[in-house]
Amino acid sequence: MNSNYPVLEIKDLKVSINENEILKNLNLKVNKGEIHAIMGPNGSGKSTFSKVIAGHPAYSVSSGDIMFKGSSILELEPEDRSHLGIFLAFQYPIEIPGVSNEDFLRLAYNSKQKFYNKPEVDPLEFLSIIDEKLKLVNMSPLFLSRNVNEGFSGGEKKRNEILQMILLDSEVCILDETDSGLDIDALKVISTGINNFMNENKSIILITHYQRLLDYIKPTYVHVMQDGKIVKTGSANLAKELENKGYEWLTT
Amino acid sequence: MVKKSNKSLNKNITQLINKTYQYGFSTNIEKDIIEKGLNEKTVRLISEKKKEPEFLLKFRLKAYKKWQQMSEPEWAYLKFPQIDYQDITYYSAPKSQKKLNDLSEVDPELLKTFDKLGISLNEQKRLTNVAVDIVFDSVSIGTSFQEELSKSGVIFASISEAVHDYPELVEKYLGSVVPIGDNYFAALNSAVFTDGSFCYIPQDTICPLDLSTYFRINDQNSGQFERTLIISEKNSSVNYLEGCTAPQYDTNQLHAAVVELVALENANIKYSTVQNWYSGDELGNGGVYNFVTKRGLCAGTNSKISWTQVETGSSITWKYPSCVLVGNDSQGEFYSVALTNNYQQADTGTKMTHIGKNTRSRIISKGISAGKSKNSYRGLVSVRNKALGARNYSQCDSLLIGNLSNANTFPIISVQNSTSKIEHEASTSKIGEEQIFYFLQRGIGIEKAVELMISGFCREIFTELPLEFAAEADKLLTLKLEGSVG
Repeated sequence: MNSNYPVLEIKDLKVSINENEILKNLNLKVNKGEIHAIMGPNGSGKSTFSKVIAGHPAYSVSSGDIMFKGSSILELEPEDRSHLGIFLAFQYPIEIPGVSNEDFLRLAYNSKQKFYNKPEVDPLEFLSIIDEKLKLVNMSPLFLSRNVNEGFSGGEKKRNEILQMILLDSEVCILDETDSGLDIDALKVISTGINNFMNENKSIILITHYQRLLDYIKPTYVHVMQDGKIVKTGSANLAKELENKGYEWLTT
Repeated sequence: MVKKSNKSLNKNITQLINKTYQYGFSTNIEKDIIEKGLNEKTVRLISEKKKEPEFLLKFRLKAYKKWQQMSEPEWAYLKFPQIDYQDITYYSAPKSQKKLNDLSEVDPELLKTFDKLGISLNEQKRLTNVAVDIVFDSVSIGTSFQEELSKSGVIFASISEAVHDYPELVEKYLGSVVPIGDNYFAALNSAVFTDGSFCYIPQDTICPLDLSTYFRINDQNSGQFERTLIISEKNSSVNYLEGCTAPQYDTNQLHAAVVELVALENANIKYSTVQNWYSGDELGNGGVYNFVTKRGLCAGTNSKISWTQVETGSSITWKYPSCVLVGNDSQGEFYSVALTNNYQQADTGTKMTHIGKNTRSRIISKGISAGKSKNSYRGLVSVRNKALGARNYSQCDSLLIGNLSNANTFPIISVQNSTSKIEHEASTSKIGEEQIFYFLQRGIGIEKAVELMISGFCREIFTELPLEFAAEADKLLTLKLEGSVG
């Protein structure tokens, strides 16, 4: 892996689910230190895009490649992609009954430690690690004893995703509509969390419908995805333009 | 390619599914067998071979007559081909039945079998504080720590021994909780039972060791019909554990056991089972048909009977460990995890019959269904008119894994007075691809993910199991399920 390569590079990616082609020749290059916002109408393939990068087994790649620091990750299992440094904050974080958030977070943390031959931490050590991170997203330690996402409000679920992102300290983070369903206060907390997390060694891909999030997080590039490919790329101003004009003007 | 990774995930899963049942071997040993088939002669022959007293022969013949007039129960949510009762061997015992003075005299081939199963018959077992009785096909081949136990007056023996050494106790209690004609399989068992365990805890005694019976079906065509009888006298208590395995055959073996528990005043019986009979292959061929009647009688005031079961094996499970709460203030408990995979079918639950005043019962049932299996909870809480102030709490949770499995609950509640309090809670949840993917995305492997979800789901039950059983149960469930998700 060479630092001259982009952290993430998507080349002519074609993806289908149940014989339905969703991504059609998608290209994207993400360098470290960059924030890319991907916008686009419903059904344009944004969520598919995020899941394919993470290696969701329901999708099949018919051609093209996904490169992480210059090497293809198409053959890698989802957990190995995660260990390498790819994180996906889910649009709809799923509930996991019977498993406490604390156990889940510790296991995730230790799996990564193990992958890098670093010592795993015991529950006590972990508590002091997670305690700090909780403060960053303004969450009470009480939520550690609750089951993963079970009975969480929409805002809590999203904050939990950001908490995991911070904990795993991944290099490439894809946030799939992390802003949807949040009130203004929660949006501020989450944006602050993301901004504090971001630095010159990290990259973030924000999938969003709204300009609102981009008031808090300044993107390096804004892309418009339509019908499975990126149809326009621009600066932060493009988002404002979209907010005013909608998507239709792009196709006409 | 993602497509490939999907494939390799599936391959991984298949490998895990096909992990062989590690107890599937059979032991080659000389056997004494009664010809296949069942008639009055067979019943007499069994009794004769075991040199039984007259009362037991009468008991058996009466049961046989009852059985002939009965028919298989059809109300359970189970589907299986007609069982040919004439095609079963009703008595199969390892030869060389000279009386053993010591467990070291047990046939070395048998000892090897039990070593392989991880049960040591020698006195080292003492370290774990468990006395073991071993039932191999039709007979008990040895009981450890008998001497030790007898010092405190505890009788722990095979039921055949007990019939000879303590006939008055056996005659008094045998069939007192599960009457001869209680149901089709209980009647069959009463007619042809060959061995099992007998425990008697005298008054004011806390049994110094956990007692345990290990059942093993070895013969391909044998049925296993064991009979267990536990009597806990006034102010006594006992912990009893039961384990079972069988070799892997492509035919079905019939297992029809009866377990009777009697708790007198202030007595406390805790009965735990980890059932791991061979469950058939991934296409549903072979496996044990498990039709078991387990019932406890809380005869005395303030007595308590607690059933804990972890059901993972058998191709068919038909089993309802129950409590009859006669004594005032007596308590019944039922804690169950039933796991089915592939084509397994389980119809299991409990019956709590409240007869005495202020009787209490608690039912916690967890069903896990994976593959194409069917898993049903069937329960009856019956509060009679004199059971004033009775209380019951039931909780039935189902966990579905994949899209092809099936979970049902059939709770029946019948209350005949107005001072009782009944609570029933139920839930259904699912482990699907999206949950697994969530774990994977966070870097947690599929096996660990399933293990975590299952042990979370079963936590309330596992805490009821004795320590060494709890660890085993946790491993067993994970092993049984590995790869059924994807």
